[in-house]
Amino acid sequence: MAENYAIEMLHITKRFAGIVANDDITLQLKKGEIHALLGENGAGKSTLMSVLFGLYHAEEGEIRKDGKTVEIRDPNDANDLGIGMVHQHFKLVECFTVLDNIIMGVEPNKFGFLQKKDARQKVLALSEKYGLKVDPDALIEDITVGMQQRTEILKMLYRDNEILIFDEPTAVLTPQEIEELMHIMKNLAAEGKSILFISHKLNEIMEVADRCTVLRKGKYIGTVNVKDTTMEELSAMMVGRNVSFHVEKAPAKPGEVLLDVSHVTVASKAHKNNAVKDVSLKVRAGEVVCIAGIDGNGQSEFIHGLTGLEPLVSGSITLLGKDISHLPIRKRNVSGMGHIPEDRHKHGLVLDYSLENNLVLERYFEPEFTSKAGFLKKKNIRAYAETLIDRYDVRSGQGPVTPARSMSGGNQQKAIIAREIDRNPRLLVAVQPTRGLDVGAIENIHKRIIDHRDAGNGVLLVSLELDEVMDVSDRILVMYEGEIVGELDPKQTTVEELGLYMAGAKRDEVSAE
Amino acid sequence: MKNLLKKDGVQSFVASLICILLGLLIGYIVLLFINPTGAGAAILEVLKNFFHYSKPSLQLKNFGNTLVKTAPLLMCSLSVLFCYKVGLFNIGAAGQYVAGACAGIYCALKLGWGWLPCLIAAVVCGAVFGVAVGLLKAYRNVNEVISGIMLNWIGLYLANMLLSGVKEVASPYTLHIKTEAAKALLPSLGLDKLFNGNQYITLAIPLSVLLAVAISVILNKTKFGYELKATGLNRNAAKYCGMAEKRNIIVSLAIGGALAGLGGALLYLTDYEQWLCTGSSVPGMGFNGIAAAFLGGLNPIGTIFSSYFIQHITSGGAFVDKTMYCSQISDLISSIIIYLCGFVLFIKYAMNKVIASRENKAAAAVKSDDVPAKDADETKGGEA
Repeated sequence: MAENYAIEMLHITKRFAGIVANDDITLQLKKGEIHALLGENGAGKSTLMSVLFGLYHAEEGEIRKDGKTVEIRDPNDANDLGIGMVHQHFKLVECFTVLDNIIMGVEPNKFGFLQKKDARQKVLALSEKYGLKVDPDALIEDITVGMQQRTEILKMLYRDNEILIFDEPTAVLTPQEIEELMHIMKNLAAEGKSILFISHKLNEIMEVADRCTVLRKGKYIGTVNVKDTTMEELSAMMVGRNVSFHVEKAPAKPGEVLLDVSHVTVASKAHKNNAVKDVSLKVRAGEVVCIAGIDGNGQSEFIHGLTGLEPLVSGSITLLGKDISHLPIRKRNVSGMGHIPEDRHKHGLVLDYSLENNLVLERYFEPEFTSKAGFLKKKNIRAYAETLIDRYDVRSGQGPVTPARSMSGGNQQKAIIAREIDRNPRLLVAVQPTRGLDVGAIENIHKRIIDHRDAGNGVLLVSLELDEVMDVSDRILVMYEGEIVGELDPKQTTVEELGLYMAGAKRDEVSAE
Repeated sequence: MKNLLKKDGVQSFVASLICILLGLLIGYIVLLFINPTGAGAAILEVLKNFFHYSKPSLQLKNFGNTLVKTAPLLMCSLSVLFCYKVGLFNIGAAGQYVAGACAGIYCALKLGWGWLPCLIAAVVCGAVFGVAVGLLKAYRNVNEVISGIMLNWIGLYLANMLLSGVKEVASPYTLHIKTEAAKALLPSLGLDKLFNGNQYITLAIPLSVLLAVAISVILNKTKFGYELKATGLNRNAAKYCGMAEKRNIIVSLAIGGALAGLGGALLYLTDYEQWLCTGSSVPGMGFNGIAAAFLGGLNPIGTIFSSYFIQHITSGGAFVDKTMYCSQISDLISSIIIYLCGFVLFIKYAMNKVIASRENKAAAAVKSDDVPAKDADETKGGEA
């Protein structure tokens, strides 16, 4: 054995009904390296990790630890082999302290009584050694997302895991927190831990990883040394073609005010405080206004209040000169509002309806599709669906009659976008319209949004992706803890400055103008 | 053959048949345990129902009796089915059925109304029971199963109380509608002659079939049905696109209640049965409606046949030889079969799994010995 590998996954093949999720994939993690696993959504990253964790069993291939073949039947086996993982969505108990969360499952005890003293010392020592600042006695619900993530990392270290897997760890962090995490990861690797870093963010991989394995559509594309490659090369490996990172668009020509939101407050469902506090903003014809911010700072609640999914506590909303603050959703929609919802499965689609039925979800009641007697005009629905499928390139197995559930995420999203944009709303509210989509689909959707703007309409975009915020928008509003804390011009600001606003470290008094 | 099995309608039909066979098999095994000598004959009696009689005239008359009780069962199963399409499990159909029966009998015997106003009263009372569940569900998110079951009991004792005022002096049963309130008797439309003068054959039978067709049209062809199904499949999406999802929940339970309530009146206004004012269990009609709805593949037209089948074996149970088995055996056997009828969705699920795994294996086999074809496919995908 020439190289010293911590863990090796050799020629792994995993099939599901109808598809091959992993097709002959090999991943070798060296001791003490940071190894990135790159691929688009649906490339097979999660399946591969589930195989490593014993959640799935591969039909072919073997797993070796320190050169010896091992069998991983369930997550307990993985844990015994020293494999730990920080999930994208943390697995923490909100009302427990940091220390309690770390020792959970491996509580030190004597005759069933907890012995927390030793545990506390071990945690403090680990935290010191790797520069993982946490307060062991703070409750999870009170600390920042960054500290929650450090708690997750400590959980792995407390269990003496040698192989650490980070599943898209930066998705929920501010730029400053991301930098800190990169630093921590490098520290861990320097101390001899082996790290598997799952991501589709190329700049982070370039910064932190030693080597990178690329998957595409379930197939192994290759493993490269990061310092010998470029972002362009990695992206071409990931997508299979060259992709432009920048959105081509002409400067905005803002016209009349379409949407005027004034002092809007929306209650929170999770806690007693208001999730959105006294927010005012305007969207004009011919511009894309973006609400940026870290997930969970009131963006969703604001959009729910704006679109009518939740009632306002106070404040008013004017659309095209008409007060819509308390109108039902249907009336808002026909008054010129289109809404691409954040969660396409929860709100955007009736998954068990056919594609054609989903494409008329906002229009089925119009005379074109419903007769005076209340009967659906199925021929017209079919014809309209075929037009949209053609115009927006929505791909599916059986055309208009395909069940929406059986379509790919990208095409589901295309269907929603086709439905919303084709109604030609003066104001398009697009919430994370590219979430979970691959680079090609993102390009397409950005173009649609810009085209809609150029046709003289207003777009209110909510996004968590900094690249999207910077590239697509004409004006950025930063939301922090339910308030608008800054208005920025994407041409003049930097990602760093944006990050300071998003983290609440900087704020301006923002007027609604 | 394979493609045929993939069709939803075919699957439902096959799954229903499998359920029926399983039910018969388990029923047979139970009979074997109790008394092995008569088991085969008893199962045959259940299946034969009115063919028990050798005279065609008697067969016809008894076939009519089965149909008389099929009509209310069909109404109950339509009630369950309609609410199920909106994502609600209307176990309260039993109580709505009782409310309708009570309203029909009360208006006939106490108030002396004609049959049409009696039917309307039954529809209204059933709907009120449905709306009560709907309001709680829509505005307070009370589980419709809980509130439905509780209303079943409220309905039962309310009916017992109200109808005690119109019962026979010497028995716990209500007065005969035929003798005491003839104008409330449902018109026979001359159909009785088709069944060898069976006096209980009324417009109830064609009316229930007609309503099944109407429900099918509403669900599949109208804007209203489109909205109701969307609400049932994804309440959040229905709200998102501006459907009045709360109203849809209330309206669907109102319609479900009206259907079950009408079913109650359609049985008792034929005078086929009298209400037992001391009864302490909710009539099984509403519960059997659940089984009929599932056995019918949740298709309104399918429920016409499944309701008939369930009533057929329920009636057939009465012919089991009582010298070999105790008198409860008929109910036991038919309820075992009905219980198994509820497994249609499970059988469908299992069938789909088998089909999928077969295809998977076939695909894997094709993949290994047909590599060039696969590559050709891929280039096509890349160009598209």
